[in-house]
Amino acid sequence: MTTISMDRSTTPSHTAAAPPIVPETKPPAQETPIKIRVEKFDFYYGEAKALHGISLEVPERQVTAFIGPSGCGKSTFLRSINRMNDIIPEARGEGTIEIDGKDIYAPGTDVVALRRRVGMVFQKSNPFPKSIYENIAYGLRIGGVRNKRQLNEIVEQSLIRAALWDEVKDRLHESAFALSGGQQQRLCIARALAVDPEILLMDEPASALDPIATTKIEELIWDLKVNYTIVIVTHNMQQAARVSDRTAFFMLGRLVEYSDTKTIFMNPKEKMTEDYVTGRFG
Amino acid sequence: MHRHFDKDIEDIKDLLLRMGAMVEDAISESIRALLERDTSLAEEVIRNDDRIDQMELDIDRRTLELIAKMQPAAVDLRFVAAIMKITPELERIADLAQDVCERVIELNREPQLKAMNAIPRLAHDAQTMVRQSLDAFVRVDANLARQVIAMDDNVDQQTEQSFRELLTYMLEDPRNISRAIRMTFVGKYFERMADGATNICEMVVYLAEGKMIKHVHEADRI
Repeated sequence: MTTISMDRSTTPSHTAAAPPIVPETKPPAQETPIKIRVEKFDFYYGEAKALHGISLEVPERQVTAFIGPSGCGKSTFLRSINRMNDIIPEARGEGTIEIDGKDIYAPGTDVVALRRRVGMVFQKSNPFPKSIYENIAYGLRIGGVRNKRQLNEIVEQSLIRAALWDEVKDRLHESAFALSGGQQQRLCIARALAVDPEILLMDEPASALDPIATTKIEELIWDLKVNYTIVIVTHNMQQAARVSDRTAFFMLGRLVEYSDTKTIFMNPKEKMTEDYVTGRFG
Repeated sequence: MHRHFDKDIEDIKDLLLRMGAMVEDAISESIRALLERDTSLAEEVIRNDDRIDQMELDIDRRTLELIAKMQPAAVDLRFVAAIMKITPELERIADLAQDVCERVIELNREPQLKAMNAIPRLAHDAQTMVRQSLDAFVRVDANLARQVIAMDDNVDQQTEQSFRELLTYMLEDPRNISRAIRMTFVGKYFERMADGATNICEMVVYLAEGKMIKHVHEADRI
């Protein structure tokens, strides 16, 4: 039986015989298809091991949040899911990351095609120094879309999906830098959506935004999960609690606990998770 | 790491325990007023109830402030949930002690009914359950909470027994009826106090283990 002392100076007894951390890796029993399956994934920056044997399964069309203190490896892990880490010299991964059952690190994998399927949104919005329209159309043109009407349609659809259309439809040819921070971030989401990805990776997408812009991004995440599998890294625990279905807690490059978001925030199994979500860390 | 938040939690816990002590006093004084036919003591219990009501309001206010400011999670969240469920239980138990005293005042206007067997035992057991439920809360002791919950069946049986005892008095002599009915109420009040203690204990199990055992079949409560 677990007991929790009210006396904060004593250590709760469920740390007494700390079992080896074997986090639950499977999503709930109801049959949600698995979109991303990770098996014993290690990651190294040169000699330094940044991730230790991560195994987890990300269900399709749900929001999965990665939380943990700075330097815990959550962003490294996120960037491994679309091989964004490949561009870092001396960095390498070992183990398996499968999307729809296919190993994305298998030789011969088309990384450009992979990144089209697995879109990414960063902490700091990074629009191109171009018009709002061109920010979205640019990637499409590179991808071979030349038809003007088709381009218009995809630009409009992407902006609608990113909940930005109504705010920019009359000024599509103005510079993207004329938009507010929150609008720029939604433009980046629209740009990611334009190439029709299946998975969206978000690395602290709202951390530089004010509360109103943050709420809009969170609402957008809710809407997007109908069509996309979303993985979000966030330092804002309330945000993880609000937007995600599943939460993974990372610490020192290890996956400590992975469970339903409500379990993580109401009744976590691991003492470390408990200390982190209650801010009793240090 | 020490958090400023911990001080708020400790303060609320202290308030709840002070409220609990006042409620325990109200119960024991209501029992004494009943057994010793002490009208002035009964009146005092009734007067003191306002202070317990004020404590409830104070705890509610602080708990809501804590939620607004700190957005508690995990054990903190369960603590806040427990406080918000336990406080009104205590307030209700105090109201029941007050109800006992109101019946005592009415009963004392007439000669004593008869020596009662079941009611004092029932009152004592209900009092024990309330006290132990608060002990279980302080120690976050789910085992003790479960033991207290297990006592409730016995209290229910004693209530039933006291009712049968009172019924025989009513059948014996119709002049006993009004007093016996008041005494039936008294038995019911103590039984409800024990129910309140059971509810408190259910929240202690939730606090300790994150398990909600309310409305769960007995075998699944473990």
